[in-house]
Amino acid sequence: MLLAHGGGGRMTNRLIEELFLPEFSNTVLDTRHDGAVVAAGGAKLAFTTDGFVVRPLVFPGGNIGDLAVNGTVNDLAMCGARPMYLSSALILEEGFAMATLQRIVESMRIAADRAQILLVTGDTKVVDKGKGDGVFVTTSGIGIIEHPLEITPAAVRPGDAVIVSGDLGRHGIAVLCVREGLEFESPVESDTAPLWDPVRALIEGGIHVHCLRDLTRGGLSSALNEIAASAQVGVRVREADIPVSDAVRAACEVLGLDPYYVANEGRFAAFVPRDEAERALDIMRGFEVCRGAAIAGSVTESPAGVVVLESAIGGNRVLDMLSGEQLPRIC
Amino acid sequence: MKYIDEYRDPARVRAAAESIRRRVTRPWTIMEVCGGQTHTIVKTGLQDLLPPEVTLVHGPGCPVCVTPVELIDKAVAIALHSGVIFTSFGDMLRVPGSSKSLFDAKADGADVRIVYSPLDALKLARNNPDREVVFFAVGFETTAPANAMVVWQAEREGLTNFSVLVAHVLVPPALEAVLNSPDCRVNGFIAAGHVCTVMGWREYEPIAKKYGVPIVVTGFEPVDLLEGIDMLIAQLESGRAEVGNQYRRAVRRDGNRPAQERIAEVFEISDRAWRGIGEIPASGLRLRERYRAWDAGTKFAVDVHGVRESEECIAGMVLQGLKRPAECPAFGTRCTPETPLGAPMVSSEGACAAYYLYGKRVQTDVPAASSEQ
Repeated sequence: MLLAHGGGGRMTNRLIEELFLPEFSNTVLDTRHDGAVVAAGGAKLAFTTDGFVVRPLVFPGGNIGDLAVNGTVNDLAMCGARPMYLSSALILEEGFAMATLQRIVESMRIAADRAQILLVTGDTKVVDKGKGDGVFVTTSGIGIIEHPLEITPAAVRPGDAVIVSGDLGRHGIAVLCVREGLEFESPVESDTAPLWDPVRALIEGGIHVHCLRDLTRGGLSSALNEIAASAQVGVRVREADIPVSDAVRAACEVLGLDPYYVANEGRFAAFVPRDEAERALDIMRGFEVCRGAAIAGSVTESPAGVVVLESAIGGNRVLDMLSGEQLPRIC
Repeated sequence: MKYIDEYRDPARVRAAAESIRRRVTRPWTIMEVCGGQTHTIVKTGLQDLLPPEVTLVHGPGCPVCVTPVELIDKAVAIALHSGVIFTSFGDMLRVPGSSKSLFDAKADGADVRIVYSPLDALKLARNNPDREVVFFAVGFETTAPANAMVVWQAEREGLTNFSVLVAHVLVPPALEAVLNSPDCRVNGFIAAGHVCTVMGWREYEPIAKKYGVPIVVTGFEPVDLLEGIDMLIAQLESGRAEVGNQYRRAVRRDGNRPAQERIAEVFEISDRAWRGIGEIPASGLRLRERYRAWDAGTKFAVDVHGVRESEECIAGMVLQGLKRPAECPAFGTRCTPETPLGAPMVSSEGACAAYYLYGKRVQTDVPAASSEQ
């Protein structure tokens, strides 16, 4: 097992396709959405689970606690579901400071309150010193779908507009800077935040949302590639229209990273019909978390499964899925 | 963002491309030496903006790519030594050795860490006196001053648990190797701006004269590259072969003298094998006698045997600009970033990685911007 198997790029996808899907394949799992959409007693529910292993546990803009809650809330939101119930399991390492745990748990509570999701069940395990990394958090969530829209990659159509909900790369860079002890003049804060409010507003605003995807591990590139592949469409985005803050751009330049591959924890891509795109953008921009939203591109019929990036100087290139992890370069 | 945006400005890019189009009358082949420049070219689609007369070929300037497989094997063996913390720039970790990469060694339990500066490795050595800290000192002249600096510093501090595995290479001998190849079709060189920040361009003047090729020291942004190409075309069209400097904001003729002095203090020039290319005389650096105690190559008695190179990989041809990545039958099929046969597929300065990542392999499928709407 290599670290890249958990990187959210090509290696992760291969693991899913070659090991997990053959074992568990079913109609729900095979949609490969951020969460599963299931029927239960006449209701349409979304169900999702996620593990969090971030290091450092506390970073500018958040900690593993609010990250875990927001991550699951957002996976539900990407299914168009109102987050309702949350479970969490903590795997703690012997010797872990009680005060840090207190802080993490408090952050989880504040994040859950903010997203109006109720933590209704949990589990705690402690492992020997050296067998964990402080604390690992897993969360699962249930949400309810209260509208008739089918928000799934299969609903994406050529001509759809691709809206990016805000500036990219904050979370990945914030964590990297703390982890590596890199200091920049303007510190970058994680964008971790719940996304249900803008999604609900889009749906209630009558936007025929075709697909939503949060831009977590593997960043914008992985999200667009996954959707292009499963919807068998092309996606074309314009570099000049993809929002990235100067601080993140500068950090990426220095470190030799590409912001389109860097993880976000409070950003998503929305695929909406072209003629509703401007209105969708207005709705989204009404929320602080989406203030920087922009129409970054559109869906094309071909080349199927390929994401093309139009560079700022007018050249074209493929925006491929990440192979392995992004590594800082020599010079 | 200052020093970036103005060199990616679409209007300036168009103006520079237009100037090249006006100037060119005949076909010319230009080699960009540095892999960082290759990545800019492929990533921004720069080649699309050039007139058909101008062909860019990619050069040997990827230090990770030219590090011999024996040395990778040695690095892996040292990393697997108990008590060793093996530090490296990120690029090097995925490069395939005979059977393992440093990433594989890490998965096998080796303590392999990515550092951003050799000084971070030195700090690790200070903070872990009971561990041996080894730094993989890779690079062209660009990284040599900092790598020399840590050895110099370690000697001054008497830090005996620190050592470097040296894999340094030099640009001028590589240019001569390219020019001496019977198949060489390079008419002019885009020299690597960062290398020249350290070394200046005096050492390129005899090469330009001897081989009759113009050389232009060039930066790394799209405007830089187009201006560098324009300066080369201007010389070529008028039959000149001089050294020019496009990267005026960073490079002077004499380079950075204190940095050069530090390199000369710690390193001496030696013969070096280049992966895929072969032995090039006086093309590498090794530690001087006085600093040998910090040489991981001698400190760790690792036996590297069964050195094996992929028979299919044409990295050597790619690195000399004789073949393009897509001309390799294994490209994108048996050789991908997850299953690399050679280093250029995994280095962030490797030409194969650039073509794979930025998708020249599917270029024929990519619709032009104008034909879409």
